[in-house]
Amino acid sequence: MIGQLDPLYNSGDITWSVFGVVAIKVVAAFVILLVSVMLYIWGMRKVIADMQNRIGPNRAGPYGVLQTLADGIKLFFKEQSIPSSADRSVFRLAPYLSILPAFLMFCIIPIGGQVSILGHQTYLQVMELPVGALWILAMSGVGVYGIMLAGWSSGSKYPLLGSVRATAQLLSYEAAFGLAILGVLIQAGTLSTRAIVNEQYDTSWHAMFTDAYWLPALLPFVIFLIAALAETNHPPFDLVEAEQELVGGFNTEYTGIRFAIFFLAEFMNVITMSAVAVTLFLGGPSGPLLGFLDADNWINTWIMPMFWFTVKVLALLFATVWVRASMPRMRYDKLMALGWKWLIETALIWAIVSAAFIYVNEQDYSTTKTIGIDLGIVAGAGLAALVLYLAVPKPGEKIEEFR
Amino acid sequence: MGRLSGFGVTFKQMFKPRVTTQYPKEKVDGPERRHGRHVLNRYEDGMEKCIGCELCAGVCPARCIYVRGADNLVDEPVSPGERYGFVYEINYLRCIHCDLCVEACPTEAITETKLFEFSFTNRNDAIYTKTELLVDDEGHAPRQPWELWFGPEDEHTSEWMRATSSSGSAAYEGRVNWSGELGFGVRKPRKSQP
Repeated sequence: MIGQLDPLYNSGDITWSVFGVVAIKVVAAFVILLVSVMLYIWGMRKVIADMQNRIGPNRAGPYGVLQTLADGIKLFFKEQSIPSSADRSVFRLAPYLSILPAFLMFCIIPIGGQVSILGHQTYLQVMELPVGALWILAMSGVGVYGIMLAGWSSGSKYPLLGSVRATAQLLSYEAAFGLAILGVLIQAGTLSTRAIVNEQYDTSWHAMFTDAYWLPALLPFVIFLIAALAETNHPPFDLVEAEQELVGGFNTEYTGIRFAIFFLAEFMNVITMSAVAVTLFLGGPSGPLLGFLDADNWINTWIMPMFWFTVKVLALLFATVWVRASMPRMRYDKLMALGWKWLIETALIWAIVSAAFIYVNEQDYSTTKTIGIDLGIVAGAGLAALVLYLAVPKPGEKIEEFR
Repeated sequence: MGRLSGFGVTFKQMFKPRVTTQYPKEKVDGPERRHGRHVLNRYEDGMEKCIGCELCAGVCPARCIYVRGADNLVDEPVSPGERYGFVYEINYLRCIHCDLCVEACPTEAITETKLFEFSFTNRNDAIYTKTELLVDDEGHAPRQPWELWFGPEDEHTSEWMRATSSSGSAAYEGRVNWSGELGFGVRKPRKSQP
């Protein structure tokens, strides 16, 4: 199924009200992301405090919910310094290069169904791209430029080391990330996020298990979550800002609001990645509607899809916080080993096997032939996995150097 | 579960009681032997215990104590014996509350209360002279406006001394080996630490 264009543009001419709808959606997405980052940081600190028998922030606002805002305001008014050896223009540009992709990636996330704004039918997402999945990959790749340029332009060695780490880490996990997404794309047969969500859309209570893609693509789902944590430099993969080794990592030389923007981008990436995982694997806004109301009641068209989307994202965000509270930071070689030796191979084999399965099932073969071919595929994949497992050097094994 | 068992540990902790207290609002009683602000004690008859020997100043690792002794007047002695502490100053910008002065004092003249909440806003306030350190007629430390006294924090002064056996010998543990204090009399011995 090929993704359809947003029905907003069906009439063909761009009137002022169409422009208004787009503006409303852009501003709303911007505000939602900023506010959710604020709440996420607060919630993260509260949950980690709970897990460590502490209380956490409780001074600013009820239950300390305004703590992040207070920190942001403070950082906004702090003096900003630029090292004398820094590349000044790149140094100034870098924070915005890291925050922009986070925003842009969120734009293709469907956070609701089809609604009517200003008399126009439209999807509840900022933009609907026929190549949405590629957009996700592109933006997560572009996001590293901010970190890389920040470290490079600081003119200082620790930030440089941090940004080199970030680049290597992102390149390594980008492959596993893309191959994990492939697991969904093979199932859905489309790149458009709206179409992927529609494929999983169902209003029954068991939709999470029968229609969502996380079960047929279980391994890619796990790999996606690990790779997404690594891509967002989230603990246990936060080697980019390993305080014990790199002072502060790529942001060592940054102060004031530029420093805050890096953290805004980092947490925004976590939220966006959770939203991407929900979209690709957990059915996005799909979920049971309120049966006693009409299907086109505003609660069922507006509130319930957004409610389910939010619940799913919150569950994933809680998982990220849980990981942050539980896992120690990985050693760098272990990080690379996990990415290159395990995640990429597993995702690759899974992608090939599921592609072959789907191809075989689409042919008009007899049942026995289909089962036979399927078994052959599994056997072949198992053999490939075994060869790969034997080829991968084990810990402590001596590796012959190539000359 | 091996390496994933950490998740169970953190999850279980979420339902356990918090160990943090809301400090400025609710105060928990600190340890009785906490090292806080000093006091200069008097004997039960009102005489000062300090003899101006400067041992406290000599032992102080932060060099925050300044003592000058003077000869007692024959007609109106300040302390029993020959000399008394004429000048006694503690600079709380330097004091680390190690209690070495208390250990060094031969007459138990200087001891520490439990009070630790005293933040001054200028350097003059930080230097406590004899006026601020010497106990009043009831045996309590004179309270400064910038000090936060919540309860009887000066009732536990010299707690540490009374829990330690004299000359470090365990045979003397629990035996009273100190003089009485104005307002409190001869204090009872404390159990030493297990």
